[in-house]
Amino acid sequence: MSTPPMDELFGDIDLEWEHRKNRAFRSLCFLSSILGLAALALLIADVLWEAYRGVSEYDIGIIHFITSTGSVNPDRAGMYGALVGSVLLIVLASIMTFFIGVGAAIYLEEYAPDTRLVRLIDANLANLAGVPSVVYGLVCFGLLINGPLDLGRIILVGAIALALVVLPIIIVSAMEALRAVPDSVRNGSYAIGATRWQTIRRVVLPAAMPGIMTGTILAIANAWGQTAPLLMVGAIASARHVPTGPFDDITALTVTIFDWAFRFQDQFHVLAAMGIVGLLVVLLGMNMVAIYIRSRYEKELS
Amino acid sequence: MSTDTDPEITSADGRVAADQRRDRLVQGGLFLCISFTLLTTLAIFWVLFNEATHFFFDGRFSDVVVSLLTGESVSQRITFVEFFAGERWDVTHSINPGYWVGPLVWGTFLITVGAAFVSIPIGTLTALYLSEYASQDVRKYLKPGLEILAGIPTIVYGFFAISFITPWLIRPAAELLGVQTRSANVAAGAIVVGIMTIPIVASISEDAMSSVPDDLRNGAYALGATKFDVSLGVVLPASVSGVFAAYILAISRAIGETMAVTIAAGFTPQIAFSPFVEIQTMTAYMVDAVRGEAVVGSIRYQSLFAVGLLLFIITLVMNLLNNKLKERYREEYR
Repeated sequence: MSTPPMDELFGDIDLEWEHRKNRAFRSLCFLSSILGLAALALLIADVLWEAYRGVSEYDIGIIHFITSTGSVNPDRAGMYGALVGSVLLIVLASIMTFFIGVGAAIYLEEYAPDTRLVRLIDANLANLAGVPSVVYGLVCFGLLINGPLDLGRIILVGAIALALVVLPIIIVSAMEALRAVPDSVRNGSYAIGATRWQTIRRVVLPAAMPGIMTGTILAIANAWGQTAPLLMVGAIASARHVPTGPFDDITALTVTIFDWAFRFQDQFHVLAAMGIVGLLVVLLGMNMVAIYIRSRYEKELS
Repeated sequence: MSTDTDPEITSADGRVAADQRRDRLVQGGLFLCISFTLLTTLAIFWVLFNEATHFFFDGRFSDVVVSLLTGESVSQRITFVEFFAGERWDVTHSINPGYWVGPLVWGTFLITVGAAFVSIPIGTLTALYLSEYASQDVRKYLKPGLEILAGIPTIVYGFFAISFITPWLIRPAAELLGVQTRSANVAAGAIVVGIMTIPIVASISEDAMSSVPDDLRNGAYALGATKFDVSLGVVLPASVSGVFAAYILAISRAIGETMAVTIAAGFTPQIAFSPFVEIQTMTAYMVDAVRGEAVVGSIRYQSLFAVGLLLFIITLVMNLLNNKLKERYREEYR
């Protein structure tokens, strides 16, 4: 920079200013990224604080809260029935979607010819993933409760609504897992005389299974947190009701939280917070299982 | 994708033939699986159009279509003019009901625009930080953090809005400005929906930015550009279609978002211009109507599907646009 021609060349550029601008922008970007995480921390702190108030101010026993079933009286309210309903819902929804979803993904990744129909299916899949979950609930309400099929407001209908919400997610993530299996693995199997299905069942699927499981668990976690589709098919906060099977009245943890959050008494507000803690703990468990599977099997096939 | 060469085995061996027969059978079964997705789409269209026809024409969809095709006059109970440019939305009013969807659309519009003001700047800057500035170590913590943010159920965001954002942010701000505010208000709804769509903007934008080839960056560095110049002058313009795809997806999510806005923004359909008043979005109306025991066949019940159809069409258009943009940025740097 000290030679005269260079000085002339860059004479009109204030390097100091350029560097300061760069540093300022870097800080701005960093702050923005922190903002999202800060919001997350605040949210969790807020929920934990409100739940803690429930235990300290209102003397709600945690064991009592988990084991008793929701009541109009906030002193005796609990989340047991709602929890059972939620578990039934996602178990049924998982059974309905896992095999169909993985089957559909196998077809699209391994078999599908590049025809117009397949391209239509592909585009349709992308759109289904973007349909708001409340619309799926509305369609089930119109078709399965008030439409040609009158099944009533039962757990099974809620599970179908959840299944519709998560099916596109499972298909897309399973497709990604199948795509990650290298072609050399398939060709090795073909070379020793295996048919396409033998190759998929014995070679491709086992290799893709960790990825498929991770995607499925995350999709089920999504279903676990859904509220709107369940409200649309008539889910209610569980009053004194513990569901026992797919044909029982529908109730769910998220719907119960929604009901509590809307009541005016402060005690219901802290009950909602305690329900949310329960909801998030289960969610955390699912995510940890997904992370464990991902890290355990990640490096095997590369 | 699978290989192009089909492993067709020509052999007289019966077992091979049986294997191949089973192969074709399995293919058929798998096709059935995928056809579920087409059935779902058909069901969505059928239910929404059928019930919405009841709302507008007071008749079955098939009857109305047949009458329209044969040129018969169809009596319309609620005209499209009234639906799209009426006076007010009050379906259950016994004497003088109003069927203008405007207040609900306006509520959704306010929330969506407000959320975009939160998620687009923060999400884009986060994406730039992740793709241009962040070290491996920082990425290792930042990305899972954003994934967690994306995985929080929307009802929890709704609770966060009424228990923290409104009492601690919105109410003091309103008091400072000397205006009244309710426990449900536009600002709280917009802020939480904005927060929950940050991860969508950030992760998809970052994807697009990372796919910009390093040659472009290095060319700019060779000319003496700083990281600031490269980020805003090279990377952002080069990834613009992907970044826009991210924005559209985030906006589409904000439009379809239900629980957070129902809890945070309220149940009062109105055209308002203040961030401190209660409004009602299309999705919140759907929750409201279905909870209010809408009797089958009543106008309230059918209005549910008319609003649902409108919501579905809006998000469908956004998704199609998003897919087009995504295709384009995938092709740009292959």
